Amino acid sequence: MMPELPKRSFLKEWHVIGFSLFLVFVILILMSGKSTGVGQDFSWDQFSDLWIKMSKPDWSYLPSVMKPIEQTVQMALAGTLLGGVAAVPVSLLAAKNIVKNAFVRGLVRFLMNLTRSLPEMLLAALFVAVVGIGAFSGMCALAVFSFGMMFKLLYEAIETIDEGPIEALKAAGANSFQIIVYAVVPQVFNQFLSFFLYTLEINIRASTVLGYLGAGGIGLYLNTTLELFRYDRTSIVILAILAVVIVVDVISNQLRERLA
Amino acid sequence: MVSKGAIQVEGVSKIYSNGVVGLDNINLSIKPGEFVVVIGLSGAGKSTLLRALNRLHDVTAGTIKIDGDDITKASGKKLRNMRRNVAMIFQNYNLVKRSTVAKNVLSGRVGYYSTWRSAFGLFNKDDQNRAAKSLERVNLLDKYYTRARDLSGGQQQRVGIARALMQEPAVFLADEPVSGLDPKTTKLVMDDLKRLNDEDGLTVVANLHSVDLAMAYATRIVGLKAGKLVYDKPIGEVQEEDFTEIYAEAGDKK
Repeated sequence: MMPELPKRSFLKEWHVIGFSLFLVFVILILMSGKSTGVGQDFSWDQFSDLWIKMSKPDWSYLPSVMKPIEQTVQMALAGTLLGGVAAVPVSLLAAKNIVKNAFVRGLVRFLMNLTRSLPEMLLAALFVAVVGIGAFSGMCALAVFSFGMMFKLLYEAIETIDEGPIEALKAAGANSFQIIVYAVVPQVFNQFLSFFLYTLEINIRASTVLGYLGAGGIGLYLNTTLELFRYDRTSIVILAILAVVIVVDVISNQLRERLA
Repeated sequence: MVSKGAIQVEGVSKIYSNGVVGLDNINLSIKPGEFVVVIGLSGAGKSTLLRALNRLHDVTAGTIKIDGDDITKASGKKLRNMRRNVAMIFQNYNLVKRSTVAKNVLSGRVGYYSTWRSAFGLFNKDDQNRAAKSLERVNLLDKYYTRARDLSGGQQQRVGIARALMQEPAVFLADEPVSGLDPKTTKLVMDDLKRLNDEDGLTVVANLHSVDLAMAYATRIVGLKAGKLVYDKPIGEVQEEDFTEIYAEAGDKK
């Protein structure tokens, strides 16, 4: 004979609350879809046309995208390096275990959060307006973006280090700078490199679209080929971006695994 | 023999910001070359006292003089120079686990270097030799290039001793240096401390949990209880029964 299980109420037995919530969400999604116009004027003909054209890449276009692809990678590298290096001293100022003064820490974090609240596309638009069209503004945008991102990752890493060596260095008569060099940096250096590679991955992807705003790189070609309806060339641009992203991801993952 | 390393603790109290009394009017005079073991229950203030001696903790009242200089009033460069003279080893060894043994040991010397020279690791030949000698004294010279995390607990503690030796201290503080080590490693570490005490005439102040170890190594035993100094005798006058009193808790039967 089966052992008798304890009785549950009707509501729980049939999961009434769970099913009702599910239904509410479905209705909400349908309503928001209707009000934002999702599903209207969608031309399957256009869509299939695009796919058909893109499936026949114009390989003769490949040599002319090599230069902008190279520029894209350069932008990402230079931007990440500049932003990442600049983030080191600032992240120390925001770490609880390095700067005991809550006001200084709060101020630094607040200012940095302002930087981080700007997405890289907006930054690129700003730099294009200030510096002018070209890869330099793209690099500046990526530098500021990497700075904000590296700052956050780094100061959080610094806050999780073992405090023991700090105490030991203090007891040895070291000054604050020496404590940072001998007790803090060795503990976070590998993480720093790992964050750097991760930011580089993100920046490679971001830099491919910055060209849309005139901030240099392959994005410009993506824009032009789409506007000329040369989808056969668009697919070359996309394939080139894909290749670069995959190569950088693989290298970065390999290195980061070894750094862990 | 060096006759440095005198410690004069006068009326020292420490009240933590949450109101807990860490130390309560401690008076203690330690002569150069003594091997003082501080015993007491957990929370009796042993660590607080030790950390007050090199000012890792500030005290609320009283003065602590190391060879006549008051460390509780020192600041900046003067404080760092005084700390150089008072080396410390820790319960958790406090090594940078990712760094090599050599780098950990050399880091004990940074108090003698300018900010910029030490930032680039420009240790002179003498200090590199000194690091090798320090490691030789704790029998770990063969681990020079090993990463600290690849060493056993006892080896890490002895690297800690080598690092502390780089300071050329007059006083050697040891905060529960052997808790968590097996008996054999415990003996190695304690013997190292004893040798420094005998050969270099360093003043050693160690917190220990084990009465047996205290009896075996100390020249003087000091007992703390609830932040108060309740016991202070040279080893010759110490009786086994004395410890029950120090380790007695409020609810215990007599």
